Amino acid sequence: MVEKFDAIVIGAGPSGNAATYTLAKQGLKVLQLERGEYPGAKNVQGGIMYSHELEKIIPDFREDCPTERHIIEQRVWLLGDDNYVGTNYRSEAFNTDKPNRYTIIRANIDKWWGERIRKVGGLQICETTVTELIRDASGKVTGVRTDREGGEIHADVVIMADGVNALLAKRAGLQTEAAPENVALAVKEILFIDPELIQQRFGIKEDEGVVIEIMGKVTKGMCGTAFLYTNKESLTIGIGCLISDFKNGDCPPYKMLEDLKKHPVIRPLIEGAEMKEYAAHMIPEGGYKAIPQLYGDGWMVVGDAAHFNNAAHREGSNLAMASGRMAAETVLELKAAGKPFSAGNLAAYKTKLDDSFIIKDLKKYRELPGIMHGNKQFFGAYPDEITAAAHNWFTVDSVDKKTKEKAIMKAFVKRRSVMGLVGDAIKLVRAVR
Amino acid sequence: MSIMVKVEEKLYQNRYIVDESRPHIQIKSEEVCQSCDRQACTFCCPAACYSKNETGGVTLVTDGCLECGTCRVVCQDKGNIAWDYPRGGYGISYKFG
Ligand SMILES: Cc1cc2nc3c(=O)[nH]c(=O)nc-3n(C[C@H](O)[C@H](O)[C@H](O)COP(=O)(O)OP(=O)(O)OC[C@H]3O[C@@H](n4cnc5c(N)ncnc54)[C@H](O)[C@@H]3O)c2cc1C
Ligand code: SF4
Ligand code: SF4
Repeated sequence: MVEKFDAIVIGAGPSGNAATYTLAKQGLKVLQLERGEYPGAKNVQGGIMYSHELEKIIPDFREDCPTERHIIEQRVWLLGDDNYVGTNYRSEAFNTDKPNRYTIIRANIDKWWGERIRKVGGLQICETTVTELIRDASGKVTGVRTDREGGEIHADVVIMADGVNALLAKRAGLQTEAAPENVALAVKEILFIDPELIQQRFGIKEDEGVVIEIMGKVTKGMCGTAFLYTNKESLTIGIGCLISDFKNGDCPPYKMLEDLKKHPVIRPLIEGAEMKEYAAHMIPEGGYKAIPQLYGDGWMVVGDAAHFNNAAHREGSNLAMASGRMAAETVLELKAAGKPFSAGNLAAYKTKLDDSFIIKDLKKYRELPGIMHGNKQFFGAYPDEITAAAHNWFTVDSVDKKTKEKAIMKAFVKRRSVMGLVGDAIKLVRAVR
Repeated sequence: MSIMVKVEEKLYQNRYIVDESRPHIQIKSEEVCQSCDRQACTFCCPAACYSKNETGGVTLVTDGCLECGTCRVVCQDKGNIAWDYPRGGYGISYKFG
């Protein structure tokens, strides 16, 4: 007998988990399939988790969700060769009962979701790779094929939450391969260290966390960023650049990570820590213009598979959770109204997305990916000149300040020309306005 | 060469459930690699699964693969990589992620 479900969700990342949980909680018969040995086995995040979207789905998540530290300080650093210029924002106001941002260890969070899903009656099956969508003669998606024996399963609607590779949609001709300039590759390590040392080095108390977002020379002129986050008993450090830049360059990602770890500003922070895992994952960074078709007869796509990622703000998991929830709500509404899951009816999912921060934010930044990709001075010349300017400014050497200002300006103009500087400013303003 | 050693040290920390029976990624044609001018897979793969060989082509060993998909994206103009996931439960198994 062929089993039939109300809905099948492919993938147990934040988007699939949000969808599965929302459907199961309302009593739908939902099956979630995950290819990993356990939920999280294939997944990588920096990771910062934003509570707002999770709270909407599981209001009491703080009761047992295995978060690491809540973030009280955000640093943004521009690294030169042996220096940095940066800004920090720290506030006691972040020490509340209900913090907005936490550092997390991704595998712990995905396992926790699995337990919560089971508690509301959702069926999550791991170690199962979905190999193909099943479609009827009209093209409507009616189920999935898996690599398990007799692995054909049917459902009224299929939600693809299979992440950035989105192989299933590609195989079915619903998406094309992502262009190398629209995806980044990030590598990261987790470094275990005495929590006392974390607290000393970052000036924080137990449970408090610091995150450092990094740009500059460490990406070797490529369009990319790096990060260093504090967990309870570990630090995570990572770096990522657009794949088009890795392809045109010649620096392997692990070399870039190794150089970041050795940078004189970074090294003292991670000294003595023990590396326990090395991970790599792609991030969809093409923004609004790279969003594929989001729904069709019998199917919807959510999260990274739908290219929902706000690279400028390092937000991904929250867009994933929100889109998963919206897809599930669309299913619930259609089901309650006794309507079929046709493309026309599932367009309601798109309407929800359009009305939300997901599409609004991606639209706002729609020009940014192209500008960052096409203007390498943001990653090469500027870090040099800005750190040099700071060095000049803070060196007390009896040169009068006006002369210093002139020298700094001259250095910028020499590297970039006045029109170049003005042009860059205009580009940036246009891209984020 | 020192670079290779380092990535192996990194990969050594990871947990893999190896599927001896079949590599999940394959190079389709050796000749296409031989005429590929930059062979970008050899320096883009975060696990150094691709290395240049004596015949002027590229050898792929998927043991350390992190299943990121980068090689597929990099080689899309040549279309010379057949890319799939390992069977359910096999491959990289992140403890932390
Ligand atoms: C280095 C790095 C740092 C990041 N940092 C942050 C951060 O600080 N904050 C933030 O909000 N976001 C961050 N992100 C982004 C965030 O991780 C993603 O946006 C988020 O995980 C997307 O969720 P998802 O559910 O759509 O996809 P994923 O989390 O990728 O989940 C997809 C799931 O589907 C499974 N799957 C795929 N194909 C199949 C198949 N055929 N059959 C069965 N199962 C399948 C996979 O195994 C996986 O479990 C970061 C990403 C990276 C790589
Ligand atoms: S990029 Fe593709 S064609 Fe070129 S060497 Fe690598 S696998 Fe071969
Ligand atoms: S999927 Fe990633 S880790 Fe695996 S071979 Fe391709 S580039 Fe290397």
